[in-house]
Amino acid sequence: MASTYALPPLPYAYDALEPHISKQIMELHHSKHHQTYITNLNAALKTQAEAVHTSDITTQVSLQQAIKFNAGGHINHSLFWQNLAPASSAEAKSSAAPKLVKQIKATWGDEAAFREAFKAALLGIQGSGWGWLVKIETGKEQRLAIVTTKDQDPVVGKGEVPVFGVDMWEHAYYLQYLNGKAAYVENIWNVINWKTAEERFLGTRADAFKVLKTTI
Amino acid sequence: MNSTLLRTTTVRSALRAAAPTASTRAGLAGTTFVRGKATLPDLPYDYGALEPSISGKIMELHHKNHHNTYVTSYNNFSEQIAEAAAKNDIQAQIALQPLINFHGGGHVNHSLFWENLAPTSKGGGEPPSGKLASAINTSYGSLDAFKEKFNTALAGIQGSGWAWLVQDTQTGSVQIRTYANQDPVVGQFRPILGIDAWEHAYYLQYQNRKAEYFKAIWDVINWKVAEKRLQ
Ligand SMILES: [Fe+2]
Ligand SMILES: [Fe+2]
Ligand SMILES: [Fe+2]
Repeated sequence: MASTYALPPLPYAYDALEPHISKQIMELHHSKHHQTYITNLNAALKTQAEAVHTSDITTQVSLQQAIKFNAGGHINHSLFWQNLAPASSAEAKSSAAPKLVKQIKATWGDEAAFREAFKAALLGIQGSGWGWLVKIETGKEQRLAIVTTKDQDPVVGKGEVPVFGVDMWEHAYYLQYLNGKAAYVENIWNVINWKTAEERFLGTRADAFKVLKTTI
Repeated sequence: MNSTLLRTTTVRSALRAAAPTASTRAGLAGTTFVRGKATLPDLPYDYGALEPSISGKIMELHHKNHHNTYVTSYNNFSEQIAEAAAKNDIQAQIALQPLINFHGGGHVNHSLFWENLAPTSKGGGEPPSGKLASAINTSYGSLDAFKEKFNTALAGIQGSGWAWLVQDTQTGSVQIRTYANQDPVVGQFRPILGIDAWEHAYYLQYQNRKAEYFKAIWDVINWKVAEKRLQ
């Protein structure tokens, strides 16, 4: 039997991120877009399980892109909801992430320079994609990097821990910001969950992805 | 032409007046150049003219904001690449190529797109005839079967992109191809008919129900222009 994934509940209400992200966007994004990735992922995994049983290797290979895209959509959105928080909450202040902020300053000089670099990366995405702050572990060393990914490619490389991500698909902002994506990128800083970011920064890959386990 | 769409400079009017026939203009993607710069082409119909298939609000933002940003950015980066070429800076030219592809592609794609749409009152949705109709029937059996295949291709785009009916310049036959982001139809293939599958093309009206947009857009397809692009 293939695993079946289910939509994880949002850790806050649909209107909790207003005025920075509207209720309508959050509701469509979570209940429709994220759900569609899960539905399509489950369908692809079911077909794959059948292809494994029947030793149908060509079908297994042909399913890989659909699995990557839809699993990526599920992974990315699951991480995204958790790394956002209502602007009025303590989690939405970077003071909730002392160790992470220390390394951000060591890497980019100060928080403002980091935000500028992150914004430039997000606005440089050509088409649909995501921007991530990633912790990269190489042996005993670790460093931070800003990484952009196309479409729904997830950050799942060896030693890579996604700290927080921003969805740059047009569906993430269009109903509210229209073509003004720079304003969306400015405003998203008000609702980044720095507490979650700190936990992911201090934890392992498995810790960051545990949200996915709970929905199997 | 709706007067609200007129923002034509004297220079451009002069070029327009001297513009060649419609079929040649279609081949040029309706792209107009002033002193070597790309400019936003006028829409050949009002913003609201494609309703209810595409809302006036979408058309206005799509043309005035999205398309115009591609035009501005393309001009900016082509100036930079010309400067790099003048300095024989090969690395800088290579680094700029993806930006030329993206923004130049965005300009070319949208210019072709506006032209291959038309209000129903101006023939939008009227099925193709002649050579294009036979080419589609040869490759797909019928126009309905073709539309179904085209919509499947549109729905299968993972991320932003376009679906095109293209003509293979080697064999002359037509086929459906999808392109990521703003990759333009160049090289072996000739663009005949394109549909924008970026979310900005439908989101204000259809939100996540993109299949409804793909279905509705066939009512405003300008097959006459598509026929002229076929060689
Ligand atoms: Fe099984
Ligand atoms: Fe999304
Ligand atoms: Fe577009």
